[in-house]
Amino acid sequence: MLIGKVVGSVVATRKDEKLGHQKLLLVQVHDHTNKPKEQYVVAIDAVGSGPGDMVLYATGSSARQTTITEGRPCDAVIMAVVDSWDLGGDNVYEKWKS
Amino acid sequence: MHLARVVGRLVATQQYEGLRGVPLQLIQPIDDDGADSGDVLVACAAISSGPGDFVQWIDGREAALACPESFVPVDAAIIGWVEQAIAHHQRLG
Amino acid sequence: MFLAQVVGTVVTPVQIPVLDGRTLLLLQPVDPQGKKNGRVRVGIDHAQAGVGDRVLVMDEGNSARQMLNAKEGAVKTVVVAVVDYVERDGALCYDHREAN
Repeated sequence: MLIGKVVGSVVATRKDEKLGHQKLLLVQVHDHTNKPKEQYVVAIDAVGSGPGDMVLYATGSSARQTTITEGRPCDAVIMAVVDSWDLGGDNVYEKWKS
Repeated sequence: MHLARVVGRLVATQQYEGLRGVPLQLIQPIDDDGADSGDVLVACAAISSGPGDFVQWIDGREAALACPESFVPVDAAIIGWVEQAIAHHQRLG
Repeated sequence: MFLAQVVGTVVTPVQIPVLDGRTLLLLQPVDPQGKKNGRVRVGIDHAQAGVGDRVLVMDEGNSARQMLNAKEGAVKTVVVAVVDYVERDGALCYDHREAN
């Protein structure tokens, strides 16, 4: 899984019907030091996250292993909202401080 | 399956149901000379491990099979604690 | 499947149950000529291979589970054969008798 920040959403009316009415979020990838990368992913949300949240997303066929994305054309799914993480004992991100 | 070093821990309360209680850890994949190789990523720990440990991990859909609940959106899981790894007749880690 | 050179071994005393009793090898993927081709990975030995061997590696979960009779195991990379020789455009580019 990789860490990213929800920076927006994507709306599409004309789409594959199997995609259904799932919420599509625009996620900017962050590295482990919480530095944003110039890399974006559109992911289906499986946990109820929203703009500004730091999230974890899974890619590939693993992304279809949720009740929301099963059988859908989906290769990225948000599977957790990050509270905090530390690196070598030092706190890098804390949700409640941001 | 690959080798990595555990470099940190990550906490997420709001997560996919089947993942409750599964520890999430940051891992740095390493190469055959023990050097960092590629970006740090987050993996589910299927065995007990912690920062500083040298581990073996699996990527892709198979990673979910190492978790207590196997129908979960997981694409990386720590599946072994490495005591010794030898490459080119030299010890790694 | 891909060709790889066995460059080492891995010992994991704490592991998921499906790996119990299996030998783990460090594999360097190589091209037909034997040049490094991609990142080193860990594979389960299913062909009595050892360090220095050129091997054939399967890197796909379904096949791996079938071979190891592990119905729900988190396994993916398996060494399925030790290579005798590789031929390309009518010429041998790897022959185990001349290797080492």
